[in-house]
Amino acid sequence: MDLATLQVIWFGLIAVLFTGYFVLEGFDFGVGMLLPILGRDERERRVMINTIGPVWDGNEVWVLVAGGAMFAAFPEWYATLFSGFYVPLLLILICLVVRAVAFEYRGKRDSARWRRGWLISIIVCSTGPAVLWGVAFANIVAGVPLGPDHEYIGTLGDLLQPFALLGGLVTLSLFATHGALFVALKTVGEIRTRARKLAGRTGVVAAVSLVALAVWYNLAHANTPLVWLPTAIAALALVGALVANRRGREGWAFTGTAVTIGATVATLFLGLFPDVMPASNVAAHGLTIHNASATELTLSIMSIAALVATPVVLAYQGWTYWVFRKRIGVQHLPAEQSA
Amino acid sequence: MTAETLARWQFGITTVYHFFFVPITIGMSVLVAILQTFWVRTGRERYLQLTKFYGKLFLINFALGVATGIVQEFQFGMNWSDYSRFVGDIFGAPLALEGLLAFFLESTFLGLWIFGWDRLPKKLHLATIWLAAIGTWLSAAFILAANSWMQNPVGSRINLDRGRAELVDFGALLTNPVFLVTYPHQILACLMTAGALVAAVAGWHLWRISREEHRSSDVEAASDVQAQEEVATHRWAVRFGAVVMLIAGLGVMITGDLQGKVMTEVQPMKMAAAEALYENEQPAAFSVLTIGSLDGSKELFSIKVPNLLSFLATGTFDGPVEGINPLNEKYREAYRAQLAELYGPEVATQLTSYNPNIPVTYWSFRAMMGLGFAAMGIGLVLLWATRTRRRSKTPGETPAGTWATPIAHSRLWHLMLVALPLAPLFANSFGWIFTEMGRQPWLVFGLMPTAAGVSPGTTLGEVALSLGIFTVVYAALAVIEVGLLITYIRKGLPDVTPRPETDEDDADAPLSFAY
Repeated sequence: MDLATLQVIWFGLIAVLFTGYFVLEGFDFGVGMLLPILGRDERERRVMINTIGPVWDGNEVWVLVAGGAMFAAFPEWYATLFSGFYVPLLLILICLVVRAVAFEYRGKRDSARWRRGWLISIIVCSTGPAVLWGVAFANIVAGVPLGPDHEYIGTLGDLLQPFALLGGLVTLSLFATHGALFVALKTVGEIRTRARKLAGRTGVVAAVSLVALAVWYNLAHANTPLVWLPTAIAALALVGALVANRRGREGWAFTGTAVTIGATVATLFLGLFPDVMPASNVAAHGLTIHNASATELTLSIMSIAALVATPVVLAYQGWTYWVFRKRIGVQHLPAEQSA
Repeated sequence: MTAETLARWQFGITTVYHFFFVPITIGMSVLVAILQTFWVRTGRERYLQLTKFYGKLFLINFALGVATGIVQEFQFGMNWSDYSRFVGDIFGAPLALEGLLAFFLESTFLGLWIFGWDRLPKKLHLATIWLAAIGTWLSAAFILAANSWMQNPVGSRINLDRGRAELVDFGALLTNPVFLVTYPHQILACLMTAGALVAAVAGWHLWRISREEHRSSDVEAASDVQAQEEVATHRWAVRFGAVVMLIAGLGVMITGDLQGKVMTEVQPMKMAAAEALYENEQPAAFSVLTIGSLDGSKELFSIKVPNLLSFLATGTFDGPVEGINPLNEKYREAYRAQLAELYGPEVATQLTSYNPNIPVTYWSFRAMMGLGFAAMGIGLVLLWATRTRRRSKTPGETPAGTWATPIAHSRLWHLMLVALPLAPLFANSFGWIFTEMGRQPWLVFGLMPTAAGVSPGTTLGEVALSLGIFTVVYAALAVIEVGLLITYIRKGLPDVTPRPETDEDDADAPLSFAY
């Protein structure tokens, strides 16, 4: 396969990896941020945490693979993005660090203060990245000021452009809805009813902000009118999810928000192609799949690895969800806090 | 103070910190898997107790290893963007493969292991911990292949037009001689650390029991069947951990020796720096203690073992070993022109000397070896102390104060047991500090000076901010983690008597484990 084809394939694969990340970690960010709203007491919050207990860590690996793949396939993109969006990424990293520890440690001491501290950590560190990833991706597709060496030359303030803030609102409300639907799908009892109700409300915010972002994007930034297609899919899937939720079809509703997230990522990446990091100041300073990519040899080796490993990974991650498919409720919690 | 200085400190702090958890994760995952295998094969309650007890310590440690590992993945881009641009074509691939082949495996199967007790069939559940362990070993392979390339950049060429290194032979990356000796050295060092931890924790319990018995006049407690079994279980664990540590330690020594020879060949400056050897010597003596001038440019006082360095470096007792000063001349001639071409004449002129910080390399090298030997020494003492079963005699015959355990309640034992896991752990840290500091001033040996790799657009304020936040958050997490570890170590062996059978179809049956 020639270099040009490989570059397109890897652009697509990076999009797939981020789709996997946002679809999966999207709901566990949602579950985390909704803990104080959906969980009325310690036992209910514990139920919520345990719906994602066995899977959140595997979900998080998607971002490590996406980051690693970006480093390997488009080193220039990785370098510009992570050095340029320094402060937002720093905050995301800190949140992911604290959040990972919080899940693992929260139940390990029988003290109300201890659990409260970790609870707040989970809430803050789920909400933060949910907003910041939206801000970061909106900035990527909208373009930021870059120097001739492709280094970011803007300020922190430049990253807070209105389009990016709208992007943050979209991911926040979308992940909240996705998370609420996941709770509805995985629990029994009152909490399930409450989650469905909440999804109905946050879903409206998500729908309105998503449509606003998509229209703005298509008119102002997207490189091809083809983007309207995934945009339409995203909007329809979200409406479908809300209808299904209202009718009590939680499985379909959750599938709907998953498709919405996937189609939203597709919207952003399709409209970005063949740029990867467009420059808002001088077009020539921007990065494209051509000037940002690794060599043909590296891309070929990575392609083979991805081709062999990805189906296996999907199979065993899927199997995990099957093993832990049962709904849980407060009655299922073992008596002792840390078994 | 420049952004580069802070970026170096940040990389050092976050990486050394991350690497407190890594050796324990890599070593303990396998030891826990072995313990669980014993349980599945023999059905003896003792092994289940040990699996759950050490499994819990492993998980407390694993959480922080994973969490701090996230930072490692992105730090290259944040603080070292020019490095990322320069090496991405080669260095990125192992990182991506590590995520795809190793991180997915360990995180997914560890989730299954944690939550899968009683939910998965016994053997399948056992397979999950083995798969997680394999994941940690694979992860080590990829990241070490990447690091070995930085020490000895094989399988690549420089593309001057793009100003970057490009991959030409992936196989060479995986058969890099540095990688082939570093991988077993590191894996064995992890096993050594985990073995030491197992032995130390079990040894501490024996120490605690003997202290309790010493203090209490209640001799009946000591003859209690359960208490006897507890002592026997801990004694077994002490011996298991110590044997693992000693065998692994022996392997660490052998592979370390091989590393020395590869290092002499591909990074002679690092070998010279390890020994503070300033001039060429043949035969070369091994320095037991060398005091140099403060700027590290010449030697003031030393105690030496004749011919030993020649043997360590070349395998013969009279082989020549190159010194720091002649190597400096040699490197200047070899690399200056290419540096000027790649990074401009300023970078080339700024790089006045090609030797690392000698006191740091010299002492970290010694700290690594000294701590490793110290741990092995304590391991031998432990094996000796626990060589026979010593039980309390029947009540009535036992005078108060007789030890039921092989470890006396002395201060010395306590000190040794606390030092035991820390020694190999810090030996790991010093080994890496030596390896990375010994490569300086290079980021990629011979190709990229460290100063050329830093992010040009990142400000001092940004790096200071992230260094500050990471330091504070990491310090807080360390306090919390150590506190939790101590709590769970103190709790001792868990009760594993099976719960009353619950009806399979009972929809409200409680989960076997929940966060």
